[in-house]
Order: sequence, then structure tokens, then C-alpha cells
Amino acid sequence: MTSTTDRGPSAPKGARIGADIGGTFTDIVLEVGDRRHSTKLLTTYDAPERALLDGVRLLLDEAGVAPAEVSLVVHGTTLATNALIERRGVPTALLTTDGFRDVLALGSESRFDQYDIGMEKPQPLVPRRLRVGVAERMDARGQVQVPLDGDAVRAAAAEWREQGIRSVAIAFLHSYANDSHERRAAEILAAEMPGVSLSLSSEVSPEMREYERFSTTVANAYVQPLVNAYLHRLDDKLKAMGFGCPLYLMLSSGGLTTVDAAARYPVRLVESGPAGGAIFAASVAAERGVGQVVALDVGGTTAKICLINDGMPQTSQVFEVGRAHRFRKGSGLPLRIPVVEMVEIGAGGGSIASVDNAGRLAVGPHSAGSEPGPAAYGRGGTRPTVTDADITLGRIDPSRFAGGKVTLNAGASHDALAALGIWDGKAETLAIGVSEIVDETMASAARVHAVEQGMTLDDRSLIAFGGAAPLHAARFAEKLGIREVIIPSGAGVGSAIGFLRAPVSYEMARSLTLRLDQLDLDRLNSLLDGMTAEARALVEAGAPGAAQVERRTCLARYKGQGYEIPFEIPARTLVPEDVDLLRAAFETAYRTQYGGVTLDLPIEALTWRVTVGSPAWKPKDTAVVTATRDLEVTERRPVIDPDSGAALPFALVRREVLRPGDRVQGPALITERETTTVVSPRFDAWMDANGYLILTRREEG
Amino acid sequence: MTAALNELRTQVIWTRLISIVEEQAQTLMRTAFSTTVRDAGDLSAALFDLEGRLIAEAVTGTPGHVNSMAAGVRHFLAKFPVPTMAEGDHFITNDPWLTAGHLHDVTVLSPAFHQGRIVGLFGVCCHQVDIGGLGQGPDGRSVFEEGLQIPLMKLASRGVLNQDLLDILCLNVRTPLQVRGDVLSYISSNESAARRLSAMLAEFRLDDLAGVADYIVDRSLAATRAEIARLPQGSWTSSLTIDGYDHPITLRARLTIDGERILVDYEGTDACVPRGINVVLNYCRAYTIFGLRCVISPEVPNNYGALLPFEVVAPEGSIVNVQRPWPVAARHVIGQMLPDLVFGCLSQAIPDRVPAEGSSCLWSVQLRGRQPAGEPQAGESFDAIFFNSGGSGARPSQDGLSGTAFPSGVRAMPVEITENSAPIVIWRKELLTDSGGIGERRGGLGQRVEVAMRDGSAFEVLAMFERVDHPAQGRDGGGDGSQGSVRLASGKAMQAKGLQQIPAGDRLVLDIPGGAGLGAATSRAADLVARDVEEGFVSAEAAARLYGSGVG
Repeated sequence: MTSTTDRGPSAPKGARIGADIGGTFTDIVLEVGDRRHSTKLLTTYDAPERALLDGVRLLLDEAGVAPAEVSLVVHGTTLATNALIERRGVPTALLTTDGFRDVLALGSESRFDQYDIGMEKPQPLVPRRLRVGVAERMDARGQVQVPLDGDAVRAAAAEWREQGIRSVAIAFLHSYANDSHERRAAEILAAEMPGVSLSLSSEVSPEMREYERFSTTVANAYVQPLVNAYLHRLDDKLKAMGFGCPLYLMLSSGGLTTVDAAARYPVRLVESGPAGGAIFAASVAAERGVGQVVALDVGGTTAKICLINDGMPQTSQVFEVGRAHRFRKGSGLPLRIPVVEMVEIGAGGGSIASVDNAGRLAVGPHSAGSEPGPAAYGRGGTRPTVTDADITLGRIDPSRFAGGKVTLNAGASHDALAALGIWDGKAETLAIGVSEIVDETMASAARVHAVEQGMTLDDRSLIAFGGAAPLHAARFAEKLGIREVIIPSGAGVGSAIGFLRAPVSYEMARSLTLRLDQLDLDRLNSLLDGMTAEARALVEAGAPGAAQVERRTCLARYKGQGYEIPFEIPARTLVPEDVDLLRAAFETAYRTQYGGVTLDLPIEALTWRVTVGSPAWKPKDTAVVTATRDLEVTERRPVIDPDSGAALPFALVRREVLRPGDRVQGPALITERETTTVVSPRFDAWMDANGYLILTRREEG
Repeated sequence: MTAALNELRTQVIWTRLISIVEEQAQTLMRTAFSTTVRDAGDLSAALFDLEGRLIAEAVTGTPGHVNSMAAGVRHFLAKFPVPTMAEGDHFITNDPWLTAGHLHDVTVLSPAFHQGRIVGLFGVCCHQVDIGGLGQGPDGRSVFEEGLQIPLMKLASRGVLNQDLLDILCLNVRTPLQVRGDVLSYISSNESAARRLSAMLAEFRLDDLAGVADYIVDRSLAATRAEIARLPQGSWTSSLTIDGYDHPITLRARLTIDGERILVDYEGTDACVPRGINVVLNYCRAYTIFGLRCVISPEVPNNYGALLPFEVVAPEGSIVNVQRPWPVAARHVIGQMLPDLVFGCLSQAIPDRVPAEGSSCLWSVQLRGRQPAGEPQAGESFDAIFFNSGGSGARPSQDGLSGTAFPSGVRAMPVEITENSAPIVIWRKELLTDSGGIGERRGGLGQRVEVAMRDGSAFEVLAMFERVDHPAQGRDGGGDGSQGSVRLASGKAMQAKGLQQIPAGDRLVLDIPGGAGLGAATSRAADLVARDVEEGFVSAEAAARLYGSGVG
């Protein structure tokens, strides 16, 4: 399937390709001047580059563009993610401090589900017999308590050679404060095990808190040989096809990096797809000129919610991959990497509704996926899903679903819902319930996420994309007090488009505990300058000659607290006079996050972060368009509104007939091939100059 | 609106209320100073209706707090009736007999208003590292030695802080700024939750929570009763002997399943002791009911209705219903054993749903020493605390969890964080081979922890460890978990309870107990035994001897 979209006259010259390999689909986008071509192919698991290259060829043919004319290829892939979740990495070992081989197994020594006696903790990627401790020890100040036992390292190497170990993670306690033992151990292993892949915790994640650091380093080691081989294979094949431009990889943080850097730290790629989605949302926000945004991406299985502040997706330092237990925090493997901050929950079009033993209706986290799919698909699914509820409410026209490719059986939806057997037993009431519960679940997740970030939601615009989001965006917005919803075009391949909007960037973080009132400026400046030099070199390699934007961030807390908050510091050599400035910046950030009192306690900085990137993507200038023409509605259909429970006459409008400036009063359904936008009775919709649907909340009264 | 739609809306509100108290808990963890709250999650956050009924609790938290606070709120309301409460009022106590069983747990309750009317009460209960007195060890002879007692009183009145109380509090603790910061963070988390509640009521065009609260309570009560009604009827008894402070203590319980309710009677349990391991009835109820709910009704959200069908009684003056002013600081040592005891009864009724005994008591290592010479704060004393868990009991179709807290809901602090906040080195923290009780389902492994001063100087431990003499008992042919051990690296055995010194140049070595096994070891699948040997969970020698396995 291919579509082209008018991108207006001022899009950048040259052809650019974004390629997103996801779990089910491989999405390719080709932008040539002002035109966009896109395609979706099934992911080819055995050799992921096959679908990618097929798609690229298809689009190049369609657009009549030669590989040599392409100036940029950006790629994101779930290869590392899937290898971690499905445990398909290479045989990996862990070399660690004697006495700490079980850090990965112990984790936080807690249960993520209070009442579930049957819960299981995530299994470490490296089995216990391959986690080996050797004599060595740094203390918390980075001073050697016990020197490294090189012979023990050699003995471990000898065993691992026998066992066919291809990758080794080296993770010693307090190596963020002094990496010399890790480096020495790496030298020995490199000599003893030629060709082995080595991941050092002091390089992969040089920050305090051993469980997260060890887990991140082991995950990196586990996938490094796979990703390295794949990326170089892809790079070679692209070159063989005639591509002369560099290949960039999308990082979890929303920046781009080179093949070499990505192959060294593949763990940083795990959230590349969702990061692309966040960048896509940020680019839509930039085009709309809004800074404060909630991005909602709802697919078949999960919903992802991300906050964008001042046009920038929020980033975080910790991510959990493979939350096996109902997406519960703690049920996955922690990775400490720069990552677009988002919450992912088991709520999507395929989420299954059920009734728990307290008689409560629950939706998700289990999904019917695309096989067997919702009851309406008629492929063997009998349990009611969110899609079945949307059909029963009248939001989806069974005859036009997915461009008519899938015929839906509304009767099957109806029966599956009624079979839930609670309340009045009516399918319509239960459909309202399913829709309300899934929207409430997403809204609750957004609320808790916002409070964890110390942020508010009701002053934001909502950007909704992914197949199921436009159906639920208005109600989600109502629940959060959000007054504007933006439904962009190209939403089905949002991540791949986002790849083309991302800057080349690199982020580094190091631990150095300093009290702000006792700053060792020489040590701090030298640490920060060293990080800057390393990050600048990586960005220069990816974007030679491009301007570089540098940001420095400090993570600090009141001495005695357990959570640090980030605040920006000047990207230059710090002088004694800056201490007051740093203190004030921290206090402002603290008040913003937690409100109220500032405390008379010393402030302690733990982590220092440097981000270097090429300048952020700027939207093309578009003519300002306002809603000027009320579209004449010729067709209406009864659709149930969950707020009142009543069936109301919704206007039925095809998106392709809308032109910029056209306005549709709610309630309305705006249908397109891949999805339907529900304009609730409390919203009106219009189309802006970019072809985006803008839903605005009507003033009450 | 039809009745069905109304019910749907009420369920949406229920979901929302749980989300509001979760926000309350998250705010608390992010602003608190005590490592117990911020890193370990030793807290609870909840919403109560105007009758003092628990309506919603945060999933973040620990059972001893939640269910204790649920019982304690009515005491607040008896002293400060709802009609007398004003906006900006906040109430506080750490009375062990009214709330969570020791002075370190401070409860703050705050009325929530909507359109000028009181609509509910938000409460938080948090473990303060420092409440003055001896510190959180079992050495106190009465509650008076254990720290500052704060009666039920106003912490703030119409938005004005009770400065007198804060002055008294700050003078009675070792780290006044942090303690003050903690107490203020309790207020702000309740206030932010109250704002959320008011916004929610406005959104749903409700004046108050009355109908919603009834619905939540009724539904949860009915669901819990239905689960109980499915169980076999009858009475079962069990007993559990544990180390105690300086002599063993036997806990006895009779569990009766009677129609739609369950009664646990601790008649016959040993008397209280003049050391701080005694349990108040609130806390006894909290852990008893937690254990029962884990097995019987884990899916029902915790609230007044979900708790109501469970009744717990204990003789006054017994160690599980101690009276004022007996000491209680280390009451978790016994409280956390109560689920094991009720499991002992329950396993006779429903053997296929109940785990074997576990290490159960959290090994909370509290150290005291002086900052090393030649360092910035040389000679100043410091306190450090870090949590460690042993193995949980084998489960009907799964092995026990290794190094994992149960029934406590807290998390361990990272070693690197602990070593950054105190001049100590934790030399070892790893799973202990052969510590899990053998069985068709194996008990979870305990761990070995070794700790010393960074400069090798002497230091002290406030020991409050359990299952050193009395290991977790196996069931249905399963083996016992390994017992704990407290000793010096140089070899000398130490007491499991009480303040003791580790001499210069030596290390404190702790073997944290394993969980017990379930079913005969000979029935264990050979591939599981082989995996256990390969992973070093079970030694080859033990596998051959105990499982009859010829691995090798």
C-alpha cells in the first residue's frame, strides 16, 4: 500500500528515507521534495533487512528516484528489543565483583505485585553459572580497596572460551567512580578471547545504582554481536544498491547516531520506534506552533503516552524492557539509557474486555492482536475487544473498515459484548463500558505519569496517532481537561516520518557526587569538558560540519532525598559565581515539580549529563489558515456518546473531502482509510493548512 | 441515566480513585527524606470516607501500614469529629496502639474538601528512620525508651502549621531538618490528592463520594464473601515457634471458615516480652488479613469491604495484642511471621493454594559507627540502614522466590547508594547455595551478606533478625529452609537480637534464611534438579544426597 501526500512547496530538497522495523510491520517513508511516499510490509524476522530493502526499492521505483539521489537514510529497529524480550541474544557471560554475581537475580528484592503469590521475577539474561565474581573492589569514593585479580579473569576467560561465549559484560561495583579495573579486565579478556564482544559498565551506563547499571550492561552485551552484524550487513547492502549517503540509526532518546556508535551501544536502540513517534508528534507540534503536548499513540495492543514540553519530548534515564506482567513496573529488565520518557500500557484496539470477580469490567492488558483479532473479524476471536465496542457504538462503519479490506461482522461484536453478562446485559451498555474503561485506563496512566514528572495535563494539546487513537482521543482529552486535539496525517507511519525530523545527537551521563555549596570546580569542569568532547566527536562523525547545539544538565536533590530532579546548567566552564545560579536553578525546578516549600538543606548533585546535537528540525512556513467554511453535512448516523449514554446523530464526513479551513461541528465521525476520528458532541473539528484535523473543545454553557 | 450507565460511571470513578491515591504515594516517595520511604517504599497512602472506611489504597506500599491505617482512622474521627474539620487542617499521630504498631510509623490524616464541604479523608503512613529514642531496635524496655510519642493531635489548623509540635519533634530527633522535611511532604501529598479528588467530583458532577463509597464497599464485600463461601467450612489450628528476643516464642492460631466470614483467634499465643518485638492488635490484624487475602481474594481491591469478612482476635497481653506501655519498636519481627502461621491453618483446608513457610522477617540491618579519621566529618557518628530478604516459601506449583521480601512490600536499597551514604563496605551480598528447603517445589534461597567499616574500624549492629534457631518448616514432605546465622567473619557467633559491637578489623556476616520446600524431594522433576545444580542453587553433593539425583 502506498500513499502520497502533498507536503507543500518548501519541504527540503533531496530524497530522504525513514525505515522503521517493528514487531509486525516494516514501515518505509520516502520524502522527495514536497512529496511523501510510504509503504507498510510485513517484517521479515529471519533477515529484517529484506523487507526494508524491498520497501525501499518499491518506493524508489514509484518515485522514480535513484539510490544515489538519496541524501539521508534513517533507520529504527526493534531487533535489539525483540532479542531481549524473546531471549534470542548470543551466549553471554558477566564478569563482576566477587560477592555480587547475584545482583541481577536479586534486583530490588521486592515483589511488583503485592497480593500475587504466584508472581515471578524477570529472569536475568545471563544464567548464574555464567555470572562470575573475581577479587577486586572499589569503594564509594573510587578508591581501590582490593586490587584486581588478573589470574581470576584469565581463568574465567579460559572457561568461557570452552563454552563458546561470544560476548562478555564487565560490571564492577562503583566503576562509575573509577573504571580502571574494568578497563584492565577488558584488556585481559580481549587478549584471552580474541574476537569476543566486550561491554563495560563504565562505558555503557557509568552511573550509580548497581542493579540498573549491571542490567543495562548485560543487555548491551547480549545483543551487541547480533546488532553489529545486522547493521553492517544492511549498510553493505545499501551501498551495493548504490546508496552513497550515510545510514543513521534512531536512538531511544530521539536523536540519531552512526552505524558504528549504534553497533557499540545497541542497548540505546531499544525504543527507537516509539522515539520516532515522539519526534513525529514534536514535529507536528512545531508545525502547529504549540509547545506543551501530550502525545498518544494507540495501536492494536498497547497505548503509549509521552509528554512534550516546549516542543521537546521529555527524556528519562531509565526504561524497562519486556514488562511481562500486565505492564507492571518492576516486571521487566531495567535499562538505564537516555530514552524518550513515555508510559506504555496494555490498551489498544485489540484489548480484550472481561469481568473480574468483584463484578468490575476490565479491559486489557491482554490483546486479541490481529490473530484471532476482535470478534468482528470473524477469525475465531470470540472475546469482546475495544474494536468490537467501537463497532457497536457506531463509530466504525463495518463496510469501510481498513479501506474495505477487512469485512467486519457487527453482529459478532454485539454478541461478544452481551456475553459479558453484567449490568443490563445490553451490548450497547457494555460497549459504552468498554470504551469508558479503556479511555479511563489511558487517562489514569497519563495522570500518574504526569505526576511522576511533576507536570500538569489540562493545559496541553493532545496529538493522537496510531490506528486506534483517533477513535478515542476526544474522550481521552475530555477526561484530562484537554481542550485541543490534533490528528495529523500520515499517522500510520508516524515513527518513520519522525526519523526524518530527528537531529543527529548524542547524550552522555556520568556520576559525580558533589554538594553545590562545596563544588570542586576543576574536577567538574574537566569531567564535563571531557564528556562534551566525546559527544561532539560522535555528532561530528554523523553530521560533518553541521552546527552543534550543546545542553548540560545536572541531576540533584536535597541531601537525604532519594530522587534527583534535572535542571539545565550553562554549557561552559563553570566559575565560583555560578554556584548561586545553580542553586537557584535547582530550587526553581524543585518548586515546579513539587510545589510549595524550598528547604534549608544542602543540595547534592549526583549525575551530570551532556547532550550535543545538530539543530532541531524546523517546520516549513505554511500559510495561516483558520476555520472559515462550515462543511455541509449530507449524511448522519446514530452513534452512542459514552458521556450521556445516548445515541446522537453524528455527521459522517470523509477526510479526503476536507480542505484546509473546512469546519465540521461535533458530533461527527471523520473517516479515512485506516481509521476514524470521533468528534464528540463537546468538540468541533476543522482542517489546518497542513491537512491536520484540529478538534477544539466547545466552550461550556 | 439508566441504572446500568450509572453503575458503569461508578466503576470509572473507582478506577480514578485508585489512580489518585497512587499519585499520592508517588508524590510522597519523590519528596521524602527517609531512605525507608524514598528508596524502600515503606509507606502507604489511602482515601477514607467520612465514616472512616478505607475506600482506595495505593498499590505502592506495605501491608503492615495499609491495613493498620485502615483500623486507625476511626480513632482520629472519634477525637476530631468530621463536622469540626476545616480546610487546611491536618492531623497526626504515631501512637503504636492507634495506627501501625511502632513510633517510627507516622500517620498524617487530612480532610479533603469539595465546594466548601468535606468529602473524604486522605491518609499517609510512613516509616521515619529517626523518631528519637533508642533507634529502631528491640532493646527498649518500654515504649518510653523507643522515641517521641505524638498523641492524636493537629499538625496544622486551617493551613497554619502547629509550630509547637514541630519544635518538640525537631528537638527530639537526631536529624531534625530531614524529619521536618518528611512531615511537610506528608502534608503536600495529601493536599495534592485532595485537589485531584475535588477536580474529579466536578468532572463527574458529583457533590460527594457517598454513593460511590457504598458501591465500592458493597462490591468488594460481596466479592470477598463469595470467595470465602467457596472454601471448605471448618476450624483448623496451627502453631509456629520463632526465636524471640532471648527465648523462643510460640504463636498459636485457630482459623475458622464460617459461611462467608473467616475468624482467626490467637488464643494460646505466648505472652508479651519486656523487649521491643511485641505486636499491637492493629498490626497483628494487618498482617493476618494480608496473608489471608493473598490466598483467598487477591483480586479484590483492598478496602473496608474487602477486609470486613475477616475477623482477628487475640488475648490481651499476648505478644500479638500487647498493651501500653510495653516496647514495640521491632514488631515486624513477629508481625511478618503471621501470614506463615495462618498459612499453616489454611493449608489444611486448601492445600493446593497455600505456600510453605518462608524466611518472612525482613533482615533490616541497622548499623551505627563513626566517620573514619582523615575524612570531612571524622569522628561524627552515623546510622545506616539497609534491607535484605531471604527466601520465600515454595508455592503449590512454583519454587519459592529467592532473596525476595514476603510478606513485607518494601524494596532493598542499592549497595552503591548505601555505601555512598555511610562509610561502610558491603563485601558480599549473594544467594546462598543449598539454603532453599528441598521439595518437589523448592524453597527460595536466602543470601549471605558481609559488611564492615571502610577503614576497618569497629562498629555496632542493632540486630533484629529471626529464624536463626527456628527455620521455615517444610510442608507435605518438603524440607525446612536453612536457618539464619549472625556471626563475625573471624568465627564468633553473635546474638540475633540486640545491640552488639563488631571489633576493628572484623566483618559482620549474616546468613539470611531460606524458604521451606513443599512436597517430597524425590518427586521433584529431574530436569529441575539438574538446572538447580547447574545454577548453583543446589550443590551436586546435596542433589545426590537429598534428591537422589545422579547429576555429574
